[in-house]
Amino acid sequence: MTMAEAGGNGADVLLDVANISLSFGGVKAIRGVSFDVQKGEIRAIIGPNGAGKTSMLNCINGFYHPQEGTITYKGRTRKQMRPHEAAAQGIARTFQNVALFKGMSTLDNLMTGRLLKMKGNFFLEALHLGPAKKQELAHREFVEGVIDFLEIQTIRKTPVGRLPYGLQKRVELGRALAAEPELLLLDEPMAGMNVEEKEDMSRFIIDVNEEFGTTIALIEHDMGVVMDISDRVVVLDHGEKIADGTPDEVGKNQDVIDAYLGVSHD
Amino acid sequence: MDVLYAVFIAPFVDMATAPIFFAEVIIGGLIAGVMYSLVALGFVLIFKASGVFNFAQGVLALFAGLTLVGLMEFMGQTSTQQLPWYLIALAIIGTAAVMVALAFAIERIVLRPLVNQEQIILFMSTIGLALFLEGFGDVLWGSDVKALDIGIPDASFEWGGILLNQFDLVAAATAAVLVAVLAVFFQKTRVGRALRAVADDHQAALSVGIPLKSIWVIVWSVAGIVAMVAGIMWGAKSGVQFSLSLIALKALPVLILGGFTSVPGAIVGGLIIGVGEKIAEIYWGPLIGGAIENWFAYMLAMVFLLFRPQGLFGEKIIERV
Repeated sequence: MTMAEAGGNGADVLLDVANISLSFGGVKAIRGVSFDVQKGEIRAIIGPNGAGKTSMLNCINGFYHPQEGTITYKGRTRKQMRPHEAAAQGIARTFQNVALFKGMSTLDNLMTGRLLKMKGNFFLEALHLGPAKKQELAHREFVEGVIDFLEIQTIRKTPVGRLPYGLQKRVELGRALAAEPELLLLDEPMAGMNVEEKEDMSRFIIDVNEEFGTTIALIEHDMGVVMDISDRVVVLDHGEKIADGTPDEVGKNQDVIDAYLGVSHD
Repeated sequence: MDVLYAVFIAPFVDMATAPIFFAEVIIGGLIAGVMYSLVALGFVLIFKASGVFNFAQGVLALFAGLTLVGLMEFMGQTSTQQLPWYLIALAIIGTAAVMVALAFAIERIVLRPLVNQEQIILFMSTIGLALFLEGFGDVLWGSDVKALDIGIPDASFEWGGILLNQFDLVAAATAAVLVAVLAVFFQKTRVGRALRAVADDHQAALSVGIPLKSIWVIVWSVAGIVAMVAGIMWGAKSGVQFSLSLIALKALPVLILGGFTSVPGAIVGGLIIGVGEKIAEIYWGPLIGGAIENWFAYMLAMVFLLFRPQGLFGEKIIERV
């Protein structure tokens, strides 16, 4: 818990969620959860199924609007985010069940991820002239960089609907990276992957964090991975926060062990 | 033997012995096909960008036609008095503005409350929209058949022995330009890419920062303007009347033929249906007492459903199990 408290008053907090409560009808998905994400760290959100992890990510990027609490991102406090605004402010994300543009090629998916970075004259674009063409080329170059980084050169032109699951996950990460995000939200980036794919993905996540300095908040079920790559871990159970700290601290926490082993709560 | 001869030989002999008549039949079919294409195009646009099958597309054409006639009457058009061209242009621009305003209203009132709902629910809502617009147009502009004259002469002339109609040619040219512009719009521009993204996955589109609301307004506006062009062309030929909303039904086989997601498919599908039904009517119709034209398109669509369900140009559906 000491790390979390230290983070709370640090100057370099990128995202701070405070007392978030979210319910759907009578079902309380999140109850008064607070935590922060510091600039440059890898922050893991873990917990059993139905703990409210994905709901929390959805609140952060504006898909869900929490009934209570505030979200402070880059020093600005809001009651709720909006997806378009979140993206414009540098929050990119991936999804638990891969949400790609399945009819488009890998390259087009990444270019679409970069959409917000593109400005320009509509008619020039249509005619493919002058500055519009130059701009398209510059963005294309950046996207090619991401493709090289993720080692997906060979599937550049393949419609992503045809790719195997592990590669789709990688393309989805690529699309998020194409937006040059400040905060990257990853929802179970390694779900359904084999050991080798998981190792690759872990490496990419660490590289993104170290090379580009991107702050990452991720949900993951694989405890080994979480302990390896994350700087700090917050644990949710039944919509409540039960622990927050370094992987070591969290791993020793009795509440966390109980939650994972399914000890009864009374 | 007589039957086989009548079905498989005689029609082709007729075509070969009267080539000029055959050419006229084909041109007639192409002109009708352009109209089908225009209506189908409106469907494809909305389906591509929102996955919604818009039942109201035909009614949009009717509504645009009614609005244009209403505006022109307001400006002083009567059966004897022809408006000057700039007032007609103004009325057309005014109608386009009404269609854009309608798109805003549809997004706000119909689509926004239904985000992330099942497609069948969105489809049902467009049926409601169709019924509403039909009634609304009726209340606003009255229900009698109206003549629409936009100043393009409906004169015929001969070219190389083939009889051509000036109005039809203008209509076809307009449609061609419209289609070319839309194809470039979808393939080359940032907004076009955003539209395709929204069509593929709402959530993912939102997460990369595409504002769903503005995309819907854009796509319904474009579909409204395409409907307007179809409404004007059709209305000018056979009067603006409520049966106009039924041309939407003819667009269905066109869509099955061309594929629901393909702009070129809508065009080619429309032309095939238009030419196909004219040829079938004239050369094979007499064998079974005529009136093939009314059901030929649906039969063709059924054959396509059996052998190529994604249509000529549609995206092959890949399902992972």
